[in-house]
Amino acid sequence: MAVTRRLVLGASGALAAPGLLRAQGGAPIRIGEINSYTAQPAFTVPYRNAMQLAVEGVNARGGVLGRPLELITRDDAGRPQDAVRLAGELVNDQKVDVLAGAYLSNVGLALGEYAAQNKRLYVGGEPLTDAMVWEKGNRYTFRLRPSTYMQASILAEEAAKLPAKRWVTVAPNYEFGQSGVKWFRQLLAARRPDVQFVGEQWPALGRVDAGATVQALEAMRPEGIFNVLFGTDLTNFVRQGNTRGLFERRSVASLLTGEPEYLDPLGDEAPEGWIVTGYPGEMIDTPAHKAFASAYRGKFNAKPMCGSLVGYALINSIAAGIAKAGSVEVERMVEGFRGVRFDTPAGPAEYRAIDQQGTLGVYVGRTALRNNAGVMTDWRYIDGKDLLPSDEVVRGLRPASAS
Amino acid sequence: MRGLSKSFGGVRAVSDVSFAVAPGEMLALIGPNGAGKSTLFNMVGGQLPPDGGSVLLGGDAITGLGPRAIARRGVGRTFQVTATFGSMTVRENVQMAILAHHGEVWRFWRPAAERHRAAADALLAQVGLAAQADRATGVLAYGDLKRLELAIALGNAPRLLLMDEPTAGMAPAERVGLMHLTRHLATERGLAVLFTEHDMDVVFDVSDRILVLDRGALIAEGDGPAIRADPAVRRVYLGTGATSGGH
Amino acid sequence: MDSVLPQLLTGLATASSLFLVASGLTIIFGVTRIVNFSHGSLTMLGAYIGWSILTRLPRDPAWFALGILLTALATALIGVLIERVVLRRVYRAPELFQLLATFGVVLIVQDATLWLWGAVELPLPRPRWLRGFVEVAGGRFPFYDLVLIAIGPVVLGLLWLVMNRTRWGTLVRAATLDREMVAALGVDQRRLFTSVFALGAGLAGLGGALSLPNASANLGIDLSVITDAFVVVVVGGLGSLPGAFVASLLIGILQAFGIVLVPKITLVLVFLVMAVVLVFRPNGLMGRPQAEAREAALAAPVVRAAPPALRWLGAVALVLAVLAPFGAGDYYLTVLTDACVAILFATSLHFMMGPGGMASFGHAAWFGIGAYAAGLLLHWAGAPMPLGLLAAPVAAGIVAALFGWFVVRLSGVYLSMLTLAFAQIAWAVSFQWVEVTGGDNGLLGVWPPDWARSPRVTYWIALALSVGVALLLRRALYAPYGYALRAARDSAARAQSIGLDVARLRLVALVIAGAACGLGGAIFSYGKGGVFPTYISIPHSVEALLMVLLGGLQTVAGPIVGALVYTGLADLLVRSTDLWRLVLGAVIVLLVTAFPEGIAGAARRLWLRGREA
Repeated sequence: MAVTRRLVLGASGALAAPGLLRAQGGAPIRIGEINSYTAQPAFTVPYRNAMQLAVEGVNARGGVLGRPLELITRDDAGRPQDAVRLAGELVNDQKVDVLAGAYLSNVGLALGEYAAQNKRLYVGGEPLTDAMVWEKGNRYTFRLRPSTYMQASILAEEAAKLPAKRWVTVAPNYEFGQSGVKWFRQLLAARRPDVQFVGEQWPALGRVDAGATVQALEAMRPEGIFNVLFGTDLTNFVRQGNTRGLFERRSVASLLTGEPEYLDPLGDEAPEGWIVTGYPGEMIDTPAHKAFASAYRGKFNAKPMCGSLVGYALINSIAAGIAKAGSVEVERMVEGFRGVRFDTPAGPAEYRAIDQQGTLGVYVGRTALRNNAGVMTDWRYIDGKDLLPSDEVVRGLRPASAS
Repeated sequence: MRGLSKSFGGVRAVSDVSFAVAPGEMLALIGPNGAGKSTLFNMVGGQLPPDGGSVLLGGDAITGLGPRAIARRGVGRTFQVTATFGSMTVRENVQMAILAHHGEVWRFWRPAAERHRAAADALLAQVGLAAQADRATGVLAYGDLKRLELAIALGNAPRLLLMDEPTAGMAPAERVGLMHLTRHLATERGLAVLFTEHDMDVVFDVSDRILVLDRGALIAEGDGPAIRADPAVRRVYLGTGATSGGH
Repeated sequence: MDSVLPQLLTGLATASSLFLVASGLTIIFGVTRIVNFSHGSLTMLGAYIGWSILTRLPRDPAWFALGILLTALATALIGVLIERVVLRRVYRAPELFQLLATFGVVLIVQDATLWLWGAVELPLPRPRWLRGFVEVAGGRFPFYDLVLIAIGPVVLGLLWLVMNRTRWGTLVRAATLDREMVAALGVDQRRLFTSVFALGAGLAGLGGALSLPNASANLGIDLSVITDAFVVVVVGGLGSLPGAFVASLLIGILQAFGIVLVPKITLVLVFLVMAVVLVFRPNGLMGRPQAEAREAALAAPVVRAAPPALRWLGAVALVLAVLAPFGAGDYYLTVLTDACVAILFATSLHFMMGPGGMASFGHAAWFGIGAYAAGLLLHWAGAPMPLGLLAAPVAAGIVAALFGWFVVRLSGVYLSMLTLAFAQIAWAVSFQWVEVTGGDNGLLGVWPPDWARSPRVTYWIALALSVGVALLLRRALYAPYGYALRAARDSAARAQSIGLDVARLRLVALVIAGAACGLGGAIFSYGKGGVFPTYISIPHSVEALLMVLLGGLQTVAGPIVGALVYTGLADLLVRSTDLWRLVLGAVIVLLVTAFPEGIAGAARRLWLRGREA
C-alpha cells in the first residue's frame, strides 16, 4: 500500500524538497517530466518514485554543474495533445531546462515533435516506438529504453533456436503491437527461412475477448506463439490459455512479460517456460543494482519494478548528459548528450551519437514459478548496443534533418 | 375526399368515406370513440397515407403527400393535444408560421424577430391574444393556447383548416367562444373548416353541416336538425351511451 | 470445422457477461430515463469489492456463490447511495443533464478506486474448480464459461419473474412505458426510482464479480464496460430486457467469429453492429418508438436575445481577450488558444443539441475529421495552413451531410448512440489505417507557417475564427432558420403542419455543427503540431457534452461559458493535483446539483428573476 499512498499524497509538482537545495549555491536545474500518471498508474508510479530517488542521489552528491536537480512532473492523462500543452507549460511557465517522460509511444512522438519545433531537449524514458529515434527522429530527442526493435530482435534470436516452425502472433491492435509483430516476423524469418506464420490475432488494447482469441489461436494449430499482450489483456489471455491448454507443448515468445509489472499479477498462473524480455528485479546481484534496489526498498518499502529501473536510469542519464555538456544551453546539451556514458543499475550505457538511442540493455530469460509466483530464470542481460542494426541501416532510417 | 379507406392490421378503421367541404363552411365530424375520426383526419392531413381513395384540394390531388407538402398546399391544422413552440413567445409562434408560409425559412442572416411582426400581431388581435404577445407559451392558460394554435394555423394562410378536438379540455364557456371565433374567421376568410368535436352543443351551435362516422363508415350527413332526427345516429349514440360533454 | 462449436460456446459466454451488465443499464434507463454513464463504474466496483470479499472467503463453490451475492448487494447499496445523493436532485433537470452528473460519478469512482485498491490490477486467485474444463469437440472448454453461459438465461428468467409476477415489477414495466402515468397514479416515484437503481447497480456489481475468474479487477473496467453495455442496450432497444439478451447474443457471437475471419476488426465490430442495427431499426431490435418527449418541449424556456448589460459584458471580455497577449505569458496563450478551440467545439455541439434537439455523443468525430483533413493535406500535398483551415470545415461538413442522412431520422438516445457509433468508426479508421493516418502515432509536424508560429499570432487566429464562427452561429440561431430549427425541436408535428421540412432543417444543423467543429479541430492541430486518434476518442466527445451541459443548453452564451469554465478548471486541476479526476468529478456533481440549468442558465434565471411573468 505504500505505493498507493505515495501516489495519492505525492501530488504533481516539484519533488525536490527545499531542504535539499540549501547546500548548493546555484538555482536548480529543472527537469520537466510528463507521463501518464492517471492513465497508466501501475507502471508510472514506481517509475516516478525511482526518479525521485535518483534526484535525491544526484543532489546528495553535489548536484550537476554545482547546481541541484529539481523534478517537476505532470500528468498527460494518456493524451498526446495534453502532453504538448503541458510541455509548453513546463518550458514557458516553469522554465525547465530539460523535458523528459512519456510512457505511451504517441505521447513520446508528440513530445519529440514539440522538442524539435521549439528547439528544446527532450529525453524519453519509456516509450518503445522505433519511430522516435529513427523515422521520426530529430536532433532534440533522445530515448533511453530499448526499443520495440531491440526487444523483438532478442526474442527472434531466441525463437530461432527452437524447433517450432508454425508460428502465430497475438498483439494489441496499435502501433506497439504492430511493430512488435512486424520485427519479430521479419527477424525470425531472416534467421529461419523454414518458419511459417499461419495466423494472427489483434485484440483491441485493454479489451481483449480472451476466450475467443485463445480459441481462434488454438484452431490454427501453431507450434509457436509470439505474444505482445501485456497488462490486463495478458492476465485474461493467460487465464483462458491455461484453462484451454493453449500453451501446452508449444513454444511461446512474449514481449515484456518478464517485467514484474505484468508478471506479478498473474500470480500462481504465471506461465512456465515462456521466453520473455523483462526485469528480474532483486535477483540481479551486481553491486550497482544491489545498491539501487536496497535504496529503493529503503525509501518506498517496495521492490523496484521495471519502471523504477527506467526512471532511475533516466535521471542519471540526464545528469550525466548535462555534466558532459557543461551547460544547460540547448545546443550544447544536444552535443553533450550525444555519446554520453552513464551508469545505470543494469550496467553502463550511453546515448549513441548516431541515433540518440540509449543502450540500456534487455534482460531475456524464461518464466518459471517460484513460491506460487512468476519469476524470470536463466536470464541474461544483453547490452543494448548489441541489439541494434548496423550503422548504415540506422543512417538510412533517420531523416537527414535529425543531425 | 373520395372513397378514403385505411386499415390497420386487417381492421378497417375507415372505409370508403367521401365528402366535400366548401370555402367558408364549418363541417363537423362526429362519431363515437373508435369511429375512425382521427384516422380520417390524419389521412387528410398527411400523417397517414390512405390505402385507397383520394383527397382533392381545389381540384388538385394531395392524396398520400406528407404532412409538410399538404401544409404547403394550404391545409392548416390544430392538434388534440396542443402543440406550440415552447421556446418562443406567443408572437414568435405566429411569426414562425408566417415565415414558413412565405418560404423564408432558409435565411441565416437577418434576425427573425422583426419579420412579419405586424402581420403576426394582427392575427393575434383577431384571436384575442394581442395582450399576450410577448409571453412564453408555457405560461398561457389552456384556452389561450388553443387560440394560439388557431393563430399559428392561420399564419400559414390555409384554404382548409383541420381541427382535431379543438375544445377538448376547455371550460364550456371557452369552447363556445373559441368556436364562434373560428366560425367568424371561416366566414371572413372564406376558409373551409373540418373539425371533430365531442361536445354536441358546440357541434350543433357552430357547424353548417355534420358528418357522422361509425366504425369507419359515414352513416349520416346533414345540417343540425337533420342529424338530430336521424335514426341511425340516434342508434349509434344511444347504443354507446355517449351523448355530449366530451371527455 | 472442429473449431465452430467451441467458438460458438465462447461467444455465448461473452454474451452472458455482456447481458449481466446491460440488463441493469436497460432497466435503469427504462424507468428513470437516465443515461447512466456510471454503470461501468458500478461494474468496476463489483469486481474490486468481489475481489476483496472472495479473497477472504474459503475457495469452495458455495462460498464463491455467497461472495458473489454479497458483492451484488454491496454494489446495490452503492447504487442507492448514488441515486439518493446525486441523481435524485437532478431528475427534474432537462433531458441528458443527469448524464453529466453520472459522468462526475465516473471520475470520482476512478480516483476513489485507485486510492482504495491501488494501481496494480488484482486478479482473483483461481481455485482448482475454477480452472476446470470439459472436453468439447476434441478441445478443452472452461467449466466456468459453461457456468457463465447458464447464468445469463437464469438471470433473464429471474428478472422476467420479478417483472411479471410482482407488484413492484408491474410498476417498473408501467413506468417504462409511461412515467407520467405512473406518477399520476400516486405511486411513490422516489422509492420506485431508488429501488430500480439498486437493482440495476446490483446487476452491474454481479457482472463485475462474475468476471473475476476470467479477468482481474482493474481500473480500465469502467470505460470498457460502459461502451459495450450501451451498445447492447441500444441494439436491443432501450428498456427492453429480452432485447438486451438478444443483442448480447448477437454481439457475443459476432465477436467470437468476427475475430477469426477479420482479426483486426476488434476495434470497431460492436459499433458497426450498432450502426447497422440503428440504420435499419431506429428503435433497436426490440424497442418501442419513444413517446414524444412532452416534458422536454415544455421544459425549454423562451430564448430571448441577451440583455444589453450582457452584451456589454461580452464586448468587454472580447476586448480583454484581444489584448491578452500583451499581458499573458506564452503558456497562458496556448491555454487561451485551447479555450478558443473549446468554444468552437462547444458552440457547434450546442447548435445541433440545443436548438436542434440532437444530442451528439460523438461530436469529436467532426473535430477529428477536420483535424485529419488539415493534417493529411499538409502531409500528402503540402497544403499551407489557410488551405487546411478551409478544407477542415468543408471535409467535416461533407461527411456530416453523408452521415446525417442516417442520423436525422432517429431521435433521443438512439440518435445519440448512432453518432457515437459513427465517431467510433471514424476513430477506428484513423487508428487502423496506419499507412495514411499514421495510426495511433498520429500525423506529426502539423505546424503553422513561420508568420503564424508565435503563440501570439496563433492565438489571435484562433480567437478571430472561434469568435467569428460563434457569432455566425448565433446569428443563424436568431435568423428564420434558427427559429425553424427550434420549432422542429419544440414540436415536430406542429412544425410539419406549418410546412417546415424537419429532417432537412436538422440535417443542415448537423452539417453546420460538423463544419464549425471541424474548423476547431484544424486550429487545434496547428496549435499542437500533430493530429492523433485521441481527438476522436469517446472521452473527447464527452468533454464537448460536459462543456455544453455545464454552461447550459438554453442560452446562446451557455456553451461559451461552459467551454471556458471546463478548459480553465481542467488545466488548473491537472497541474495542481494527481487527484484531478476526483476534484473535477466532485465539482461537476456540485455544479449539476446546484445549477441544473447550467451555469449560464442559472445566471440568466437570476437575472430574469422578477422581470418576467
